[in-house]
Amino acid sequence: MIINHPLLGPRDAAEFVYLGDASLIDRPDWQDEDAMDQFHAYGYLRDNPAGEHKELWYHEQGDRSWLVVTRNTLTHEITNVEIARDVARARGRDK
Amino acid sequence: MRYSGFKVLWQGLTGNKGWTRAWREPEPKPEYDIIIIGGGGHGLSTAYYLSKEFGMTNVAVLEKGWLGSGNIGRNTTIIRSNYLLPGNEPFYELSMKLWENLEQDTNYNSMVSQRSILNLIHTDGQRDAFVRRGNAMFLAGADAELVDAAQLREELPFLDYDNARFPIKGGLFQRRGGTARHDAVAWGYARGADSRGVDIIQNCEVTGIDIENGRCVGVQTSRGAIRAKKVAMCVAGSSGRVAAMAGMRLPIESHVLQAFVSEGLKPTLPGVITFGAGHFYVSQSDKGGLVFGGDIDGYNTYAQRGNLPVVEDVCEGGMAIMPMIGRARLLRSWGGVMDMSMDGSPFIDKTHIDGLYFNGGWCYGGFKATPASGFCYAHLLARDTPHPVATQMRLDRFMTGNLIDEKGVGNQPNLH
Repeated sequence: MIINHPLLGPRDAAEFVYLGDASLIDRPDWQDEDAMDQFHAYGYLRDNPAGEHKELWYHEQGDRSWLVVTRNTLTHEITNVEIARDVARARGRDK
Repeated sequence: MRYSGFKVLWQGLTGNKGWTRAWREPEPKPEYDIIIIGGGGHGLSTAYYLSKEFGMTNVAVLEKGWLGSGNIGRNTTIIRSNYLLPGNEPFYELSMKLWENLEQDTNYNSMVSQRSILNLIHTDGQRDAFVRRGNAMFLAGADAELVDAAQLREELPFLDYDNARFPIKGGLFQRRGGTARHDAVAWGYARGADSRGVDIIQNCEVTGIDIENGRCVGVQTSRGAIRAKKVAMCVAGSSGRVAAMAGMRLPIESHVLQAFVSEGLKPTLPGVITFGAGHFYVSQSDKGGLVFGGDIDGYNTYAQRGNLPVVEDVCEGGMAIMPMIGRARLLRSWGGVMDMSMDGSPFIDKTHIDGLYFNGGWCYGGFKATPASGFCYAHLLARDTPHPVATQMRLDRFMTGNLIDEKGVGNQPNLH
């Protein structure tokens, strides 16, 4: 698989480390009433879709950026690559 | 029809005209006591033990494709019970005992071959860990044997003992481990279940799970609706997709694991050899090909194929412990989709929906578990209580903190 890095251009997926579902960006608030349920779902449960999947990849052998890659889990086709920091900020995170 | 050596001889002398089909091809009935979703190894063994051990024969196995078309035909055929934790080891030892009697039990030649499995030791720390594991195996009634490098050199002279990075210091044998003919396991269970009245319905895809008032009452399929008192999911690899029909999210990611076969060679490997430091496991099939595998590719996928970096990594692992295979040509490689659970251990449990049961999360240890998985799932379905060796394989164990963390590294979906 080739990941089209927004800054570095097309790079071999072997340069990256895979973390998992991009929903891992949305860490629950530990002070919420149902924080325990939220953290259980955050830490362990996954949508695991067959089809389009937004996921976190880390460019360990490159510029060490975190990316949000939109990839089809049935065909391995990658349709979108974003810098994870931009995605997190767009969702209201401060960093 | 009962199979025997005499029958093979007689049929050979009379033109092989007397063989009958091994199982029927029935039309689905409108209602069953139990529907098993998934006609793979685990689904078929569940049906077999339900009918044989628990007297439940009003059972249907629904299979989307053809019988045994999933991971039961895509694994590296290794059987073993060399686990550590009390939540795992007694279960896998039950499986090993069922393997040992499988052919007599099902009257089907599954080619179970107890040719031994060896885990290599490279460091003092690893030796301590394997001593502990061996003792845990003894406690569960399994066999284990610790050997030093000198003894290994006699038995397996072709290993690279003086490897600079991972010198081989010894190994832990389980002599009762080995291999089995994977497809024949599915066929044997199918034939045994069918002969006791279980309907095995192929080309019947489940498209929905019917839930009324919090209770599962049946399934929608590509061949119409079928009602059932109990519905049992048994679709490791596709668990996420099937459970989503019931609105469930699982502690599972689907990943691809590749497997490989070399060209046929003369007999060279006496048993199964595993190299934990680099992750490589290999055995030689009866046809002569080296059957081997290593790590998962490491990203979510439902495609039954992997990518080249892992092919290279696995072959490097093989070269690191047995350089003699360097001239052998790789003949075939393929991928199977694994339910990678968050602690590397499986689930055999009820769900929060009455009448809906779940079996999955086998990571890449599903094949060896086939008999015990079916036996324990059948026990749960028939009696609504877990089998004593499967009490820890709960779906809610991440909420309660009772992980079966065999590797001791916490939650991440790349364990096995």
